Amino acid sequence: MQRRNLTANDTPAEANASVNGTPASLDLDEAYRASQVGEVLAKLDRELIGLVPVKTRIREIAHLLLIDKLRASVGLASEPPPLHMSFTGRPGTGKTTVAMRMAEVLHRLGYIRKGHLVIATRDDLVGQYIGHTAPKTREVLKRAMGGVLFIDEAYYLYKPENERDYGAEAIEILLQVMENQRDDVVVIFAGYKDRMDRFFSSNPGLSSRVANHIDFPDYTLEELLAIAHLMLEKLNYEFAPEAETAFEEYVTLRMEQPQFANARSIRNAIDRARLRQATRLFEIGGTVTPAALKSIAESDIRKSRVFDAATPADAPAG
Amino acid sequence: MRITQGTFSYLPDLTDEQISKQVQYSLDNNWPISIEFTDDPHPRNSYWEMYGLPMFDIKDAAGIMSEVRKAIAEHPDEYVKVNAYDATRGRQTTALSFIVNRPKHEPGFRLERQTGEDRQIKYTLHSYATEKPHGERYSG
Repeated sequence: MQRRNLTANDTPAEANASVNGTPASLDLDEAYRASQVGEVLAKLDRELIGLVPVKTRIREIAHLLLIDKLRASVGLASEPPPLHMSFTGRPGTGKTTVAMRMAEVLHRLGYIRKGHLVIATRDDLVGQYIGHTAPKTREVLKRAMGGVLFIDEAYYLYKPENERDYGAEAIEILLQVMENQRDDVVVIFAGYKDRMDRFFSSNPGLSSRVANHIDFPDYTLEELLAIAHLMLEKLNYEFAPEAETAFEEYVTLRMEQPQFANARSIRNAIDRARLRQATRLFEIGGTVTPAALKSIAESDIRKSRVFDAATPADAPAG
Repeated sequence: MRITQGTFSYLPDLTDEQISKQVQYSLDNNWPISIEFTDDPHPRNSYWEMYGLPMFDIKDAAGIMSEVRKAIAEHPDEYVKVNAYDATRGRQTTALSFIVNRPKHEPGFRLERQTGEDRQIKYTLHSYATEKPHGERYSG
């Protein structure tokens, strides 16, 4: 749908695209198809529930890159756009998954050569003694060349309270590569919003080189339930009718609790429900039908500690 | 005298872009790359010094090329070569190896004849470069 909008908007401009004997118009649809970006974006839409602002932003970036390529093909100035990004959001909002898709999109558009994702945290980048950090950071960067380097919880790189910390050295090397080898690697910084903001404000050099800030919103109850169904479908399970309402109640309660990690909590809840289902089937014993193997009953969910915690409030997430 | 060792050695020196493409070809074949250097050009000198460790888990030539450039910058007047190792069972050997840097002046070799018993001649190659001690061979 987005694609058609774009074509409609851009058709008049196309007629003027003639520069020095190059074709008078370029087929935007054709270019879009050839790049196969549509496929990746459709997959993104299908497999990731919600996240509308994120998807819009990725679509915008994909469009910009595609137009930029078309501009280059007719000899218009095309500065490769800065692609380093920051993903902010609470845990379990899909930052890593989106980063993987982002790598795929950039690869399809030919901005990175390989399209793999290298995930790194502070431990992978920062060494323990003098002279240990630079080789470590370079090693990770070497592996990420031609792909995307995803730095999870990037704010741990910078520890202002300890001036002997080697994190600053890692940041310096990252900056150098981000600036000089823009064609070779795209760096994505990820983490909680408030801490990332502080991280960027204390590293002005970094924030000026990160052009795209994408914020991942928390999921709503409906979205979380849709995610649960998607997960169950993939695992070949289904909720019994009563389990459906029980699960909705469960999620509502769980969302109130601290350390709620969005989709990750849902995944854990489903895994625990599967455990209880297996135990329940064994307790019954005897023969079992395929339908019973597939179905998650109300009791599998009601046994969760989250429901106990609703009355007193001592048990941790369970 | 131009040393001809390894792949492509009868061709003109490879450009950065050509090196990068050969490296990418190796990586696409899952051959990890290592870099070695030496100042002893004898053809039977199979023990070159390692520049860093062999590089595993690298997908793109850009990651290797930075190391290649660094190796050349640190050893501008020595031989530097790039090796690609094929670890496939049954092969387990260097699949591709080529020189990426050589000294500006290569003095070459002298053929030495040694007369033995019954005027039998034994031949040996003597590298002019090795007349000077290690580290001073190509300077000046």
